Amino acid sequence: MEGNTMPLYIKDCTLIAMATGKRAQNLRELREYLRTISTNSIYYHFWGGLLRPRFDDPEYHNDFAIWSAHSIYNKPLAERLAVVDPVAFSSMEALRTEILGLIEESLDETEYPVWAKRDDQFEFIQHQIVVFDTGRWVDRPEQLTEILPELSRGSIFFHFIDARRRNENGLDDFQNWLGHFGPPFQGMCQAISSIDPYFSNLHKIRDALITAVQTHQSQGAIE
Amino acid sequence: MLEKYAEVAGHDVVEHLRQLAEPLKGLRLVHINSTKSGGGVAEILYKMVPLMRELGIDAQWEIITGEPLFYECTKGFHNAIQGNPVNLTDSQLRSYEQTNRDYAQTGEAILRDADVVIIHDPQPAALISSFQERKGKWVWRCHIDASRPFRPIWRYLRDFVSQYDASVFSIAPFSQRLPHPVYLIAPSIDPLHEKNIDLPIEEIEGIYSRFDIDPERPMILQVSRFDRFKDPVGVIHTYRLVKRFIPHVQLVLAGGGASDDPEGEAVLQEVRTSASEDPDIHILLLPGDAHRTINVLQRASDIVLQKSLREGFGLTVTEAMWKNKPVIGGDTGGIRLQVVNHHTGFLANTPEGAALRTRYLLSNPEIMEEMGNKAKAFVRENFLVTRHLREYLTLVYALLNENQERIQLGG
Repeated sequence: MEGNTMPLYIKDCTLIAMATGKRAQNLRELREYLRTISTNSIYYHFWGGLLRPRFDDPEYHNDFAIWSAHSIYNKPLAERLAVVDPVAFSSMEALRTEILGLIEESLDETEYPVWAKRDDQFEFIQHQIVVFDTGRWVDRPEQLTEILPELSRGSIFFHFIDARRRNENGLDDFQNWLGHFGPPFQGMCQAISSIDPYFSNLHKIRDALITAVQTHQSQGAIE
Repeated sequence: MLEKYAEVAGHDVVEHLRQLAEPLKGLRLVHINSTKSGGGVAEILYKMVPLMRELGIDAQWEIITGEPLFYECTKGFHNAIQGNPVNLTDSQLRSYEQTNRDYAQTGEAILRDADVVIIHDPQPAALISSFQERKGKWVWRCHIDASRPFRPIWRYLRDFVSQYDASVFSIAPFSQRLPHPVYLIAPSIDPLHEKNIDLPIEEIEGIYSRFDIDPERPMILQVSRFDRFKDPVGVIHTYRLVKRFIPHVQLVLAGGGASDDPEGEAVLQEVRTSASEDPDIHILLLPGDAHRTINVLQRASDIVLQKSLREGFGLTVTEAMWKNKPVIGGDTGGIRLQVVNHHTGFLANTPEGAALRTRYLLSNPEIMEEMGNKAKAFVRENFLVTRHLREYLTLVYALLNENQERIQLGG
């Protein structure tokens, strides 16, 4: 098995944003659009922030939560939306159902909808992903320690975030590839699987990956 | 030229451009706008077209010109798209349509066979009506804030714009709903432009004596036209609030001449009245091509303000950030995309808010420096012409490949 393992080809990627023309000024409008908006758009509003021009929001981690907190000042809803972990859902449709449920719940608790300022409406955005070849690859898990520090944010996004929707088993590319090298690298796989991609940014995810690989590598040498 | 950009923006960024351009080599692409000089669109195309050519794309840049009636009409369109109620006469609209028809005949050979045509702003937007059997893909690029257009004029323009294969707006709130893909592509600055290149320290120091500015005292700067939406009087109010606590602060307001703009002249007069005889307020009227002077002023300042009440994208903000300056900006338009509270500067809604933030930064030079460095990195990653070009190439590739959701390049 190990001898036939393909190298891990390193890719890079970027997202390009497209308007949907759908914008919500209050929670009811958000709910209506959310019912029919493409899953591509929901994905963008949960994960696209990692590649967008922005800095981390220490409190809220997806666009729905950020908008609820800062534009319609609905902090309870923002908190509930912020802890929704997209990784825990089997599909984007399941994630849509969850968010809709939280919004419905909040609407039930609300006497009248708060309106966002005209310039502060929720803009539903969709995206296209462009994948680049970097011309680099690794043949052996040991080489990951060399290449990981040099990976761009786009590469981390492609192999660690985007991979979960590309790969049928829902795993990132690193775990899938390491799986071919058998038991000596199970610990490394487990360490990578414990990295939470949601409450982080791409630089921190890269640092966590480096730590996971380095820690396991020294353990692997002992084994 | 690409190598020079690689040194500034990163080699991987230029490598991405090469990969994106590879399948587009030999493609005939035409940009059309209404001027070769002056204004942000010409400035972007001036660099974008040669870069596309260096990447192997057969890019051309054409301009549409007309009689005074045509320009009256297109100036009216510009104002209407920005939301001002405008009445255009039948003769103005006829002149607009006729100028576009005339240009369609002149440029027929180029346009009919082009693979991609990118039309900038409303001036050449009606051209598409003369090419019902066109071969290529046509894109309308709107550089104007179209968030709240004056509806009667927008309905008229929409009939043309709807015929395009795609359109591009700078940010989502500026966009309109259209029956084709609507891309969001932010503008950019050119790091190798005279306005943005690194300068020798002697040149920066030379600005102090030239404009009688004291190099030993803090200087805050706003670069903008003398326009009410840029709130220059509010900036003077901000400065006065700061001066109560930091008496040695100086303010520089640098803007273009206003000879052909009656309202600009009036605003300039208001600014002068408001400044009174304060020797620490420097009002500089600079010619439109004073790029190097603006560059020096931005580098010589401690904090840059852009206290606009309404703003398009605000490229003066990007320029200041590129020079490691924290920016205190109005909470509006594209400024919000660039100025991130506590990271690259502060957003403010009032002169009081701007003054508080200015005092905070002037009292904390180490934070000011940290924010300035963050601001530069933020621009490098997001707002350079290389990113802009990458998104244009992506758009072209996607249009020619039936708008697939995933575009895979290279091996």
